[in-house]
Amino acid sequence: MSKIKSLEDLMKIKEETLKNVKMRESGKRGKIIVAMGTCGIAAGAKETLNAIVEALNEFNIDDITVVQSGCMGLCEVEPTVKVEIDGEIPVTYGHVTPENAKRIVKQHIVAGNPVGDLIVKQGEE
Amino acid sequence: MIDLKEIKEIVQETKKEALEEQDILIYTLHKILDKIENNYIPDEVAKIVSEELKIPLSKVYEVLTFYTMFSTKPRGKYIIRVCTSLPCHVVNGREIIQAIKEELKIDFGQTTNDGLFTLEESSCLGLCGVSPVIMINQDYFGDLTPEKVKEILRKIKGGEKI
Amino acid sequence: MPLTTNTILICAGGACISSGEESVKEALERKIKEYNLQDAIKIVETGCMGACSVGPLMVIYPEGVYYQKLTPKAAEKIVEEHLLKGRIVEDYLYKGDKGKIVPQPQKEIPFFSRQVKIATRNLGIIDPLNIEEYIAKDGYFALYKVLIEMSPEEVINIIKESGLRGRGGAGFPTGLKWEFARKSPGNEKYMICNADEGDPGAFMDRSILEGDPHTIIEAMTIAGYAIGASKGYVYVRAEYPIAIERLTEALKQAHEYGFLGENIFDSGFSFDIEIRIGAGAFVCGEETALINSIEGKRGQPRVKPPYPAQKGLWGKPTNINNVETLACVPPIIINGPQWFRQWGTEKSPGTKVFALAGKIKNTGLVEVPMGITLRELIYEIGGGSPTGKKIKAVQTGGPSGGVIPEEYFDTPVDFESLTQLGAIIGSGGMIVLDEDDCMVDVAKFFLEFTVEESCGKCTPCREGTKKMYEILEKITQGEGTEEDIVLLENLGNVIKDSSLCGLGQTAPNPVLSTLRYYKDEYLAHVRDKKCPAKKCRDLISYVIDSTKCVGCTACARVCPVSCISGEVKKPHEIDQDACIKCGSCFEVCRFGAISKVTPALD
Repeated sequence: MSKIKSLEDLMKIKEETLKNVKMRESGKRGKIIVAMGTCGIAAGAKETLNAIVEALNEFNIDDITVVQSGCMGLCEVEPTVKVEIDGEIPVTYGHVTPENAKRIVKQHIVAGNPVGDLIVKQGEE
Repeated sequence: MIDLKEIKEIVQETKKEALEEQDILIYTLHKILDKIENNYIPDEVAKIVSEELKIPLSKVYEVLTFYTMFSTKPRGKYIIRVCTSLPCHVVNGREIIQAIKEELKIDFGQTTNDGLFTLEESSCLGLCGVSPVIMINQDYFGDLTPEKVKEILRKIKGGEKI
Repeated sequence: MPLTTNTILICAGGACISSGEESVKEALERKIKEYNLQDAIKIVETGCMGACSVGPLMVIYPEGVYYQKLTPKAAEKIVEEHLLKGRIVEDYLYKGDKGKIVPQPQKEIPFFSRQVKIATRNLGIIDPLNIEEYIAKDGYFALYKVLIEMSPEEVINIIKESGLRGRGGAGFPTGLKWEFARKSPGNEKYMICNADEGDPGAFMDRSILEGDPHTIIEAMTIAGYAIGASKGYVYVRAEYPIAIERLTEALKQAHEYGFLGENIFDSGFSFDIEIRIGAGAFVCGEETALINSIEGKRGQPRVKPPYPAQKGLWGKPTNINNVETLACVPPIIINGPQWFRQWGTEKSPGTKVFALAGKIKNTGLVEVPMGITLRELIYEIGGGSPTGKKIKAVQTGGPSGGVIPEEYFDTPVDFESLTQLGAIIGSGGMIVLDEDDCMVDVAKFFLEFTVEESCGKCTPCREGTKKMYEILEKITQGEGTEEDIVLLENLGNVIKDSSLCGLGQTAPNPVLSTLRYYKDEYLAHVRDKKCPAKKCRDLISYVIDSTKCVGCTACARVCPVSCISGEVKKPHEIDQDACIKCGSCFEVCRFGAISKVTPALD
């Protein structure tokens, strides 16, 4: 660690750390829920989860929480991901491979358009 | 057996650490205490400290007898410090003291025959949220009941790590 | 890179550690590893979250769900249910009043929502051993502002304008203290942080040192710059090993990042801090005694004047501030004095941390605006009595303070109001007493403490407190007279006026204040040989109500002196001559047949 000598150095550490700290605080625009039941994990949900987090980082999005949940009961279309944006109807996607995860982030989270061909359900149960 | 050479080394080590010359007495005594099995500072060790730090032996003795954490007499391997402050007192601290005395058959200031425990009174340990509280060497134990404290003591007697 | 989806903040304050935090953390880690979730879930050990009575505690983010009273087994269940399957485990959720489950208490429960956190702003939120998390919460920004943009005089002015007063007991204005040290002639000066927290029932300093050590380092460096010191000491009592450990680590980090050492921020200012550890002497919390102790001597107070600001450590000008006071400094520098003044009263601005203990439901640490009433503090935030018994009084300020009866609970909590009532804020310990607590016993208890801790240097304190203790003992044994009460009062006033240091000058307070409000209890002890609270052993007897006793023999079995006799299924009887009044039978009776009576039976 080189010694900190300027306000810029301080700001840099602050922002970097805040990015990480923010992840655990509430007060966000919405969340992406990844079903991480045994079935989901077996179908590759862990890779999906990684891909989502990477994509969010890539687009510099820090107001979306990534949450794990248990099985959503849609085991046949695992891995499943639910996107909940405040004030909008929740959307559940199926067969979310890492590539599809990136599309969801790009189209739905960034541009605000749900990814039609991956939707398995809209709204709550 | 206390290795006097080692004591000498500790003193020389702490001399290098501190920036001021005179203020290291208490600090050094703490360091030495960590190394001595029976939790006390014997005469021969006090002499070494006095010589090495060039502080009169009387001054070393003065400090050793003023602070409750130091002792010039051998104490147990485990020092039990029982908080006897009001917050612990009002939530049945008295029963905890009774339980310890019963279990170990010693009073405050005494050491068990096997040299394992010394029982001491302590001022507030600052853990009033989970009172009654005791401290055994460096570990805290809170929310105690007579049963709990006896169990802890039995575990230590049985050689269990706590 | 960061894949973290859940962060677990687990309280690693001393209280939670003593109730098993480490084994809970180990269970969490083991289970998380079992499910291969270690990359996705981060565990952070934080400082004290304040709700010590329900520890060990943890919060799971992003949801912000509080779990309480954890065990290793509970931790395993939470990993499997909450983290893996997203289902909240209700059994261990934080419960508010009336046992109602509250998943997000920081927004809904008065214990959390009524608090304003300044000194304890980072407790339970950041990882105390991670300097970058401190920086993320604006840490060391105040230091930068001070060293680069401000003159020492400007710094002192901001602190003066904020009205910040010492949180260690006396309430002396901090800015003035700094100014005295600044103006005192001399090239070499010292900055000391008094972390020898000794008042029974107060533990905010320990919590701050454990939970946010960097704030003390930053504030001390700021104070060092303001007064013109290049060397600082933190004097920590040896009873706080965890605080010492974390502070040591934080000092190392601050050095690595260049916040301590030579030429900080290229400002030309250099500062260093060392830790000095106490060795178990209450009087060392008195500032001149503390200085003697740092110098390696017996911790006996010196005659004042000269004050430490003129002649302190090694005879050089020295400034001493308490931990909580220092923790307020960085936010005041960043936000300005008016920001701080938006809370509290004109003469006591800002917030104060209180440690709630004794007969109160929510024991723990709370930080509230000054001027809040005792009633709000004890009932709304503290949750009132845990047993439903009537709360009788609150003892504030430890052995230097006094009791405040329930009738005065609408008094605002500030330095002046409590002093008027004969109590003090002191370091912020609040011990709640209920109808089972005898005021003479409480006074005796504190006197016993003072007798033990008096350093012996001056006669009024050494001999006087001992005499007072003897009189109190006589009274609680039922052998006191009304003259004794008069003598007690006179003696108290003499000791108050003639002792050398704060310890002796305030030692009679617990007696004088209980005499002020509860003289009838003293009189009951001496006139009628009665202890109204049924606490003083010599004035009570245990009796069995033969109409309620079913003859279960539980009491007879537990009696250590076998003084209870009776046949199975027939009412039992206590032999009063043999009874040692240990209370074991009273505790064990499930039929409410055993009661205490006062005065004692012959």
